[in-house]
Amino acid sequence: MSEHVQPQPHDPAPHVHVTPMSTYLLVFGALAIGTLLTWFASTVDLGMWNTPIALLIATTKACLVILFFMHVIHSTRLTWVVVIASFLWLGVLFVLTFADYLTRLWAIY
Amino acid sequence: MSDAIEHQHHPFLQHHFEDLGQQHEASTLGMWFFLTTEILFFGGVLCAYWIYRIMYPEAWGVAGELQNTLAGGINTLVLIISSLTMALAVRNAQLGSRMGTVAMLIATLIFGSVFLGIKSYEYHAHYVEGLFPGTAWHWNEIPALAPKVKLFMVFYWSMTGLHALHMIIGAGLLLWFIWRAWKGHFGPEYYGPVEVMGLYWHFVDIVWIFLFPFLYLIPHFKVPHV
Repeated sequence: MSEHVQPQPHDPAPHVHVTPMSTYLLVFGALAIGTLLTWFASTVDLGMWNTPIALLIATTKACLVILFFMHVIHSTRLTWVVVIASFLWLGVLFVLTFADYLTRLWAIY
Repeated sequence: MSDAIEHQHHPFLQHHFEDLGQQHEASTLGMWFFLTTEILFFGGVLCAYWIYRIMYPEAWGVAGELQNTLAGGINTLVLIISSLTMALAVRNAQLGSRMGTVAMLIATLIFGSVFLGIKSYEYHAHYVEGLFPGTAWHWNEIPALAPKVKLFMVFYWSMTGLHALHMIIGAGLLLWFIWRAWKGHFGPEYYGPVEVMGLYWHFVDIVWIFLFPFLYLIPHFKVPHV
């Protein structure tokens, strides 16, 4: 075998961004605390605020999972567009449906 | 010889991709498109849930009290742990640790199974209490609210059932991935499939992050609305 023939890697590997262990553990800790917090908040009667608080905690937890566990924070802009568009369409689904159902009783006022 | 080098490429590089980097980007993006359809799929059920919750607050309040909050809470933590181990499986694949990937995938499968075990315990309890809509239904503590409590339970069974179905599919996929990781298929240059498996698993976790408060914690609280 001639020494000048080096097997060249033909394929550039994907860009690997290895998230540090500490980040994963911190996010996990935040998710666990969020779970306990949302449980605790549900044991206290905060009147009309219980539902918004539960929604806020759940949304924060979901954002942490999406950004760090699902690596969106290090993803391409195209991925960001698709992720944001998903929730935009979800928003359309909710807003238009609620705009109908929540205003149906207005006719009899 | 040069011919041999010309054709030396990664065994898992599909012929329609330029290189592994492009293949990785395409698979991640494709998975996100699939998850978009999943978000809207679960979103539709959630939307219906909220409309009926606003329409029948008393029934939702009664039905919320019938849920096993402790089991739901423990399951939330179990699922979060499984998400951590799934994320670590991807990390180990990126770092080229074969046994680390296998171990973390097995851990994910175990925690996923614990979740399904606790869920079946809850399902059994609800069935015995007569809270399964249909001929098995015999909950009638507040006759006036019974049909609406049944409606809540329709949402409970379908939402947690669809979620559990996703978990079962995920567990099946995990078995396949454990075998592939064991065979040494994954490494720093080819960890895309583990990443995509992770995206699916984390998505299923996110669904539960919303189902837990909606079904167990807050049904009895007032919804501010017009």
